[in-house]
Amino acid sequence: MADTPRKPFSIRQQSGFGTIAAICFLALYAPIIVLVVYSFNSGNSIAIWEGFSWRWYEAAWANDRVKDATIVSLKLAVSASLIATVVATMAALATTRTEPFRGMTAIYAAINQPLMVPEIVTAVALLIFFAIIKVHTGYQGLGYLIAAHTAFCIPFAYLPIRARLENMDLSLERAAADLYASPWQAFRYVTLPLMAPGIMAGAMLAFVISLDDVVITEFVKSGGQDTLPTYMLGQLRRIISPEINAISTVLLAISITVVTVFFVLSRRGNKSSG
Amino acid sequence: MRSVADAVAAVSAHQVTKVFGSGSDRVVALDDVSVDIRANEFFTLLGPSGCGKTTLLRLIAGFDHPTSGRIDLEGQDISYLPPYKRPVNTVFQSYALFPHMTVAENIGFGLKMLGKPQSEIDAEVSKMLKLVKMEAMRDRATSAISGGQQQRVALARALAPKPKVLLLDEPLSALDLKLRKEMQIELKRLQSETGITFIFVTHDQEEALTMSDRIAVMSAGKILQVGSPRQIYDHPSHRFVADFIGETNFLEAELTSVSKRVGKLKLGSGTTIDASLPGDGVAKGPVTAVVRPEHANLVKGKAAAASLTGKLGNIVYFGTDTHYHVALDDGGEFIVRMQNARDDAGRWSVGDAVGVSIDKDAVQVLRD
Repeated sequence: MADTPRKPFSIRQQSGFGTIAAICFLALYAPIIVLVVYSFNSGNSIAIWEGFSWRWYEAAWANDRVKDATIVSLKLAVSASLIATVVATMAALATTRTEPFRGMTAIYAAINQPLMVPEIVTAVALLIFFAIIKVHTGYQGLGYLIAAHTAFCIPFAYLPIRARLENMDLSLERAAADLYASPWQAFRYVTLPLMAPGIMAGAMLAFVISLDDVVITEFVKSGGQDTLPTYMLGQLRRIISPEINAISTVLLAISITVVTVFFVLSRRGNKSSG
Repeated sequence: MRSVADAVAAVSAHQVTKVFGSGSDRVVALDDVSVDIRANEFFTLLGPSGCGKTTLLRLIAGFDHPTSGRIDLEGQDISYLPPYKRPVNTVFQSYALFPHMTVAENIGFGLKMLGKPQSEIDAEVSKMLKLVKMEAMRDRATSAISGGQQQRVALARALAPKPKVLLLDEPLSALDLKLRKEMQIELKRLQSETGITFIFVTHDQEEALTMSDRIAVMSAGKILQVGSPRQIYDHPSHRFVADFIGETNFLEAELTSVSKRVGKLKLGSGTTIDASLPGDGVAKGPVTAVVRPEHANLVKGKAAAASLTGKLGNIVYFGTDTHYHVALDDGGEFIVRMQNARDDAGRWSVGDAVGVSIDKDAVQVLRD
């Protein structure tokens, strides 16, 4: 028919699109599905299926080293993400709510440095740097890990907070000032509530990133300190049992939950400001 | 003509200059602007975008400070006071309603910041909701109401703390035509009911003419003319003012005699006609004068009443009236606007030799 409008270009109409998409999803999710399935294996192998059981979850739950590593991981992730979020919030305010100043781009790059420098370089640098401090102070505690995790969590917390602030209509803060709000009141009653979804998103992202880290943790940790990922790495060097699968599955569940909450929160936040 | 009561202006700007940037980026947004805005008047800053009207508003609100000069509120210097210490509120072009608060919380925000008790805030919010006819929307989210309703909430929010002066930054520009007309009337009503001085910024000349007590026409950082809508329309002082507001015929002529505010003007056609002169006198010699199209009539042939003669070019029919474009014998074009009557059809046709008779007091000599 002559008057049928031509369809606009759509990538989904191209031949082979479905196949490529299927391969991508398979590559992404097949290993994870296998991991989750074998966490329920009743046998000792991570490759031969012998029937369904909760055995490895029970084993992991009863394992004191897993418990200790979990507690270290949570302590670390909570403190590092909290500190990183506070610092990132201040940094985001300072880089979006002030007159542009010389060197602002340099500061922006400096804040995001952990995203650009190879992780192994940071890890080695921290190892050497903290070794010097350990020699001089004798302190062997969790402080080193918290400091290291905070540092690489900052950009992950900073980016969503900054994005939120940049999308916020500046006339809202001006309106608050116009309606007799002092700078502190304007921040307390207008800026902060409106940037809250960004802060939540930043904190959760930082939390997940900290929970997940292996490389830097492996280099920085003192003897006997293990997080879940470094414990798992240690286990893999010996015998591989489906216990690892069980722990991974729990970590996966936690990550999915946190990311889902993050997504829902940020969507709700965007709706209320639009 | 000012009485003792309004001897102190609500807002006055004294030789205010505002410069943004420096070096090659230097922009003079306001250039030595002085103006007195009287208490309780509806005052409009009118001009094209970039003329400095919004900058002047921002200086009065306190979002910016003058580079030099002074701004007084009821006789007191407020040039460097931060916005939250000025009894002045703003209705923003984008409304800037707080998205995380209800309609009522928005309206009560100013009073809350002033530390008023909640009972007083509630009572005032109810009064304001009634004033802007939004009682039913009290607990709505600001995203759940229409643009026109948001506009009313923004107005109520700015009026609730009873400011000495209300600033309105093109508040009607986002509304469609019908709603805009309604809000024009609504704003006029609110101004007379509250008795608050309104300073209104717009680039819409019709809006300015219909709503204002007085208008300041601005261009390139300067105020060119301040006056009532009638004064501005009938007696523009500058070419820019005449051109920006309404349609105008410009006539190049020679001023042959000057006495007080009236002079004799010799037109290109050779006819001499009386003309009003701008405020501070004009020297004899070549000048530009303006005549509004509706202040002239067509006459047949070379009638004695005609000050100008020419040939009828275009005839443009507008329903209530018709525009007749006359190609003048001495060059140039002159547009005559005449109201249509039942028996008008076919009275004039293109190519006719016609005369233009100009109404008494309809010729205004410009300052530049």
